[in-house]
Amino acid sequence: MRVTVLCFARLRDLAGLHEWSCDVADRATVRDVWRALAEARPDVGIMRDTMSCAVNSEFATMDTQVGPGDEVAFLPPVSGGAAPHP
Amino acid sequence: MSVVPHAVADAVLTVEPLVAAVESALQTRGEGCGAVCTFVGVVRATHQGRRVRFLEYEAHAALAMKMFERISVEVAAQWPEAVVAVHHRVGRLSVGEASVVIAAASAHRAAAFQVCRYAIERVKQIAPVWKHEFFEDGEAWVEGPVADPNDEGMKRQALERACA
Repeated sequence: MRVTVLCFARLRDLAGLHEWSCDVADRATVRDVWRALAEARPDVGIMRDTMSCAVNSEFATMDTQVGPGDEVAFLPPVSGGAAPHP
Repeated sequence: MSVVPHAVADAVLTVEPLVAAVESALQTRGEGCGAVCTFVGVVRATHQGRRVRFLEYEAHAALAMKMFERISVEVAAQWPEAVVAVHHRVGRLSVGEASVVIAAASAHRAAAFQVCRYAIERVKQIAPVWKHEFFEDGEAWVEGPVADPNDEGMKRQALERACA
């Protein structure tokens, strides 16, 4: 089945793309999607332990199962706002 | 719970629409609106001694909006008589421009101050927004916490800062 992968911020820079389509097996998890991305774009590998993920705009885990047409987003550590660090 | 609109947009931010939104949300509720507290996050001229030329903010907008709504729900649970609105800007920002604006309203000032602080702490913890700094001598992504809205320790930390 086909899913859409979204990469943001530094992950987008490392992957060299924002949006990517990939084929994964039925009953694949977010981890499987990540492996497919890391295989196609090895530079993203350094983010493996610090990123979070979302499926269809809901936070997810690497064990979350994905379905056909799902949008899987990989998110670097966040840095919103502009307040000084306390 | 009154619905107060949040926003993620590539547009100049101003405080007035948020103040109007939180004021009107409280007008017909409980004791009404007695205090509005606002926070404006502004692009600094320097970061760790380096001179900033400009910033670029990027967001997962749909997920960010859900996180702002989640912050509203957390606020309602902790401060039943308060409401909060959050607008975050994305795109290219110059030094001195507002990147995030928060307005919190309550019947009394103590809760308004607390809610405003709580909301910015939570935005920085869980909103999928990223800051790319462009300096005179290079560029860098700023990375803070790994976003996990269900991390109770982070939520407690935000609450402690709000109520300090």
